[in-house]
Amino acid sequence: MKSVIRLLIPLCAVLLALLIGAGMLLSLGADPLSGYLTMFSAAFGSVEGFSETAVKSIPLLLVGVGICIAFRANVINIGGEGQMVMGALLATSVALTFPDVPSSLLIPMVLLAGAVGGAFWGAIAGALKAWFNVSEILSTIMLNIVAVQFMNFLLRGVMIDPAEVARGTGIPQTMRLSPHADLPILIEGMRMHLGVVVALLVAVGAYFLLWRTSMGFRLRAVGFNPDASRYAGISVPKNVTAALAFSGAMAGIAGAILVFGSESHRMVTDGSSTGFTGSAGFNGIVVALLAGLHPLWSIPSALLFGGMLVGANALQRAAQVPSALIIALNGLIVVFVVSSEFFKKRLLASGRVDAEAREENTLQKEKADA
Amino acid sequence: MLDSFAVIIIVSTIASGIRLATPFLLASLGEALGQRSGVLNLGVDGVMLIGAFGAYYMVLQSNNPYYGLLVGIGLGILLGIFYGIITLYMHAEQGVSGIGIYLFGLGMSDLLFQKFVGTPRPILPFMPLHFPVLSDLPIVGEMLFQHSIIVYIAFGLVPVMSFILHHTTYGLNIRAIGENPEAADSLGVSVIATRFSAIVIGNGLAGLAGAALAIELGIFQQNLTNAMGFIAIALVYFGAWSPKGVMIGSLVFGLVQAVVLQFKTFGVIPRSASDLAAMAPAIITILALVVVARRFKQPSALTKPYVRGS
Repeated sequence: MKSVIRLLIPLCAVLLALLIGAGMLLSLGADPLSGYLTMFSAAFGSVEGFSETAVKSIPLLLVGVGICIAFRANVINIGGEGQMVMGALLATSVALTFPDVPSSLLIPMVLLAGAVGGAFWGAIAGALKAWFNVSEILSTIMLNIVAVQFMNFLLRGVMIDPAEVARGTGIPQTMRLSPHADLPILIEGMRMHLGVVVALLVAVGAYFLLWRTSMGFRLRAVGFNPDASRYAGISVPKNVTAALAFSGAMAGIAGAILVFGSESHRMVTDGSSTGFTGSAGFNGIVVALLAGLHPLWSIPSALLFGGMLVGANALQRAAQVPSALIIALNGLIVVFVVSSEFFKKRLLASGRVDAEAREENTLQKEKADA
Repeated sequence: MLDSFAVIIIVSTIASGIRLATPFLLASLGEALGQRSGVLNLGVDGVMLIGAFGAYYMVLQSNNPYYGLLVGIGLGILLGIFYGIITLYMHAEQGVSGIGIYLFGLGMSDLLFQKFVGTPRPILPFMPLHFPVLSDLPIVGEMLFQHSIIVYIAFGLVPVMSFILHHTTYGLNIRAIGENPEAADSLGVSVIATRFSAIVIGNGLAGLAGAALAIELGIFQQNLTNAMGFIAIALVYFGAWSPKGVMIGSLVFGLVQAVVLQFKTFGVIPRSASDLAAMAPAIITILALVVVARRFKQPSALTKPYVRGS
């Protein structure tokens, strides 16, 4: 019963948002039912559609899994956007520097570079919180802005495609990156590429990290009760920094995959962060919240939101409803899912030994064993 | 001695810096009020976008910039009521729900713009006010006394808000519930009602900030604010939660932007270097956050939902 409530209430929140979305569709002169059906069949109704959905889900899943780790350590990481950008920049510069390295080596190299770039950017916010008492909410927001301007600086400057300079068009993008770094396509003729596998592996890895390693235990303990953790000899500053570094690493991989899995195989900027990330750094928060901050549940959750993005494009073509509708709906889903915590707590509070208390017990037991 | 050309450039840079500071100032004054009462609102950028679109559309239809300002405030208030309900009654996590509001505003403003306007069409901007004598003063006149009404509203709000915060019962209540809601509650101050009012006023100002931006620029486009609302939040920390501090921060930001723009138009620095310069405000804010965290204390109850008897 308790676990049903835990699952049902966030789902109700999504349904409520979709209901409001239906109202919006209606007022925009589109039939909501056929609109949602168009979206669903575009996203999940065919192999091609699903392949597209899977590709769109990759950054959402990676950022979402990172958010799971951060939020479990009670660190509110709003910096996914900037961490994606920094990961992508470092990965792109690796590909530009070593274009002749064979694929079997270059692909792991660029993914690792993405992770390092993102982790570095996350760790800055972590260190600022841990040792200078700066709220990570604010520092990550500021670091987003810095990252975007840094991207613009590099892509208009040293990293710009020489052909753009020669032609005088000056579009801020890199040259076509080394084909050795192209993420291999999984199914012939479709867009689904190796990034899907990477994202799934990272999700499973994060699950093991959180619940099967002492590192993960420390992260959760710090999030659960920092005072008790300190008393038990766990360094809170170190783990806060680690949580943001892990979270950033995953966003950084997402950024790298956006570049090397793209159709143009370039890194491009339109001057804003959303232009590059498609707001995945923020939407990943939605994915993680809906998944109850669980890395494995994040997989279907990311597919749902990836599907909504694919569906929104179909809707735009079929019913002339701007796909921005989905960004607005995602926002409502965040608000409703966060608010639904209130009802969840109320419903769960009716029983004394609720899931939260059980979690506390296991945490304490694990601590006693350690 | 500077030649007259340099003087003209400097004067126009300062004047445009003041204009550019205005939306930041309005939004961060609103955010400061909310934070003083203990509520963090990360949705400012989204509220600004909605206010900006609403105002733009209104002016497009009515050709009256003042109606646009009213629409901006009105939409901000509506979103404020929504945010008040979810944070005060549902106890939603403020850091995350604010991002929800941001995404909502980002998507909604773009959706409405594409559906009802489509191609960007310029709108009637504000007319600059003309004060007798003052506006005609050399140098000072152009710098300070030839702006549109919204500039004077924004800067006029600074002493007003200072006065309200420090010399009225309402201001005392706001500060009290931001520091120690239990104590204030025990003295009969309604924590929820006071916070609600602060959130609504704060969001109204954010909506006004968006309206001011759109009307001043005379256009609307997708993501018009480009993270200005987030900078406004940072300015509250930069200014250590005081209206005067927030004003100084906004002016610094506005002037930096104006200087960068001036450099760009004269080609003094390459485009890429101006991107680097655009990083400066965010980096300065991070450094300021380090200092502020050491020297000033944020409102003790910030981001903590108030539940009686807990």
